Amino acid sequence: MTEEITHPLCREEEIGSTVSDCETGSSPSSDFAKTTSTGVDTAADKFITKPAIDDVCCGPPAGPASSPSERPGYRLEHFVEDFVQTPAGSVPRVKTTLDSKDLQGTFLVRCGIGRNDYKIAPGLYCTGNPGPESPVLVTANYKLSFDSLRGKIDTLDTWLLVLDTRGINVWCAAGKGTFSTGEVIHRVKMTGLEKIVQHRRLVLPQLSATGVAAHQVKKGCGFKVVWGPVRAEDLKSFLDSGMKVEESMRRVTFSLPERLVLIPVELSFIPKYLLWSIIAIFLLSGIGVDIFSFKAAWFRGLMLAIACAAGIFAGAMAAPALLPWIPMRSFSLKGAITGLAAGLVIVWLFRGWTNGWESLALLVCTGAISSYLAMNFTGSTPFTSPSGVEKEMRKAIPVQAAAVLVTVGLWILASFA
Amino acid sequence: MKDFRYLPGVSTLKLDSETCTGCGMCTLVCPHGVIALEHKKAKILDHDGCMECGACSTNCPVDAISVTPGVGCAAYIIQTWYKGKEAASCGGPACC
Repeated sequence: MTEEITHPLCREEEIGSTVSDCETGSSPSSDFAKTTSTGVDTAADKFITKPAIDDVCCGPPAGPASSPSERPGYRLEHFVEDFVQTPAGSVPRVKTTLDSKDLQGTFLVRCGIGRNDYKIAPGLYCTGNPGPESPVLVTANYKLSFDSLRGKIDTLDTWLLVLDTRGINVWCAAGKGTFSTGEVIHRVKMTGLEKIVQHRRLVLPQLSATGVAAHQVKKGCGFKVVWGPVRAEDLKSFLDSGMKVEESMRRVTFSLPERLVLIPVELSFIPKYLLWSIIAIFLLSGIGVDIFSFKAAWFRGLMLAIACAAGIFAGAMAAPALLPWIPMRSFSLKGAITGLAAGLVIVWLFRGWTNGWESLALLVCTGAISSYLAMNFTGSTPFTSPSGVEKEMRKAIPVQAAAVLVTVGLWILASFA
Repeated sequence: MKDFRYLPGVSTLKLDSETCTGCGMCTLVCPHGVIALEHKKAKILDHDGCMECGACSTNCPVDAISVTPGVGCAAYIIQTWYKGKEAASCGGPACC
C-alpha cells in the first residue's frame, strides 16, 4: 500500500513478472549484473537499446529501450505521457486521446469480458499543463470511466483525482458505497492535493451524489464540492463557462445508443445457464410413447431450443432496444409482449411439424423467457426505482415460474397427443 | 426522461418542508429533476419520476429528505429474498 502512495500512476505487478516485463537497467537483475561483472552489463545494454542490426540473434530485432519513468515492481501505463513535478511529488500526465489499446479494452468490457478487473491505480493524474489554479476533476478508477473522462478533456489543463472505487463506475460505485464521502476525503489527503492547488474546489460528477455528501466533504478536508455535469462530454463547456451547469447537463438520458451498448453485457450473463438448459430441453423432448426417443429428443428438442433462443432475443435484445416504444410500464410485461411476438413467429415457422399443444408450449416458453430477461434489464436502466422493481417482481415471478411449468406440461402432453 | 416512466406510486421519497432550509442542494443532485425550489422551500414536483437513488437525502444538510435507497435490479432483489440484504450482491463485483 505504501508503495502505491509514492507511485499512484503505476500498477503494482508481481515481483516475478517485473523482471521479464521491464528489462531495464534499473531492474534488480541488471543491477546485480552491474555490481558483479561490468562486461555482462555493457553487452546487455547494447542489446536492449540498439536493434540487432547484425542479425547475430534469431527472431525479429529487439524493441525500443525502456522508459526512464519505469520503476521495478510497477508497470508504466500506456496512457501516461510523462510526469509533472509538483510540491507533492511527481504526477503522471495522461493522454487525452484514446488509442487502439484503450478501444480494445472498451470493446472487451462492453462484451462482459474482464469487466470485473478493468481498473487503474487510484491517485492523482493530470492533463495538459495544470497549475495551482487548475480545476480538480474527481472520478472512479474503473478504466472505462477514466477513459470517457480523459477522452473528453481535449486540451484543458486539469488535475484528475481518481478514487479507489474498486473498479466500479461512478454511479454504481456511489450506490455501492465505494465512491463515498470517506473515500473522497481520504484520497484528497493521501495525494497531498492541498499542496498542489491553491483553490479548494473539487468537481465531482453529479451521479456520485448518491454516495458523497458535499457538506461532509467540506468538513472532512476543507474542499468544497462543485457538482459537475452528468456526462463527461459536457465537461468542456462546463469548465469554459466558469462551472455553470445547464439544466440538460443535470439529467440522465437513456437514448437508443445508450441502450444498445448495454445489450452484449446482458447476453454475457446467459451462458452460465445454457448447458443445463440445453440438457433439460433435449431430455424433455425425448419423452413420449416410446418412453424415450432419441429422434424426438433431437427434432423436438431443436424446435424448443430455437424457441428459447427467440425468447432470449426478445427479452435481452429487442426489449432493451425498443424499450420506450413497447406499451406497459412494467418490464416483465414489456418482455412478455416482445416474447409473445417472437413466439408467434416461431409457431408460424414450425407450423408444419407441430400440433396445437406444441404450438402453445412454444408460445408460452418464448413469452416466459423474454419476460424474465426483460425484468432483469431493470438493473441496467437509469430510471427504475427498487421499490418498483420489487413490486413488479412479486407479481411477475410466480407467473413466469408457472409459465415454465405449463411449457413443460404441454410439451410432454403433446408427444402423447 | 419523460419518455421513460416506471411504476407510479411506489417511491419511498419523503420531504419534510418544516425542516427544509431551502438550500437547493437536492435540486442540483437529482438526476431526474424530481425536486425544485418554490418560495425558498424544496418541493417534490414529480414523485413518480423518483428512482430512489438517494442523492438528495445524502446531500441534505438538515435531513429533511428521506428515501430508502437501493439497487433497482431484479437479480439483486431475488438474492435479498433468500440470502438477506447483507449477503446479497448483484452480478459480479463490477455490476451495479
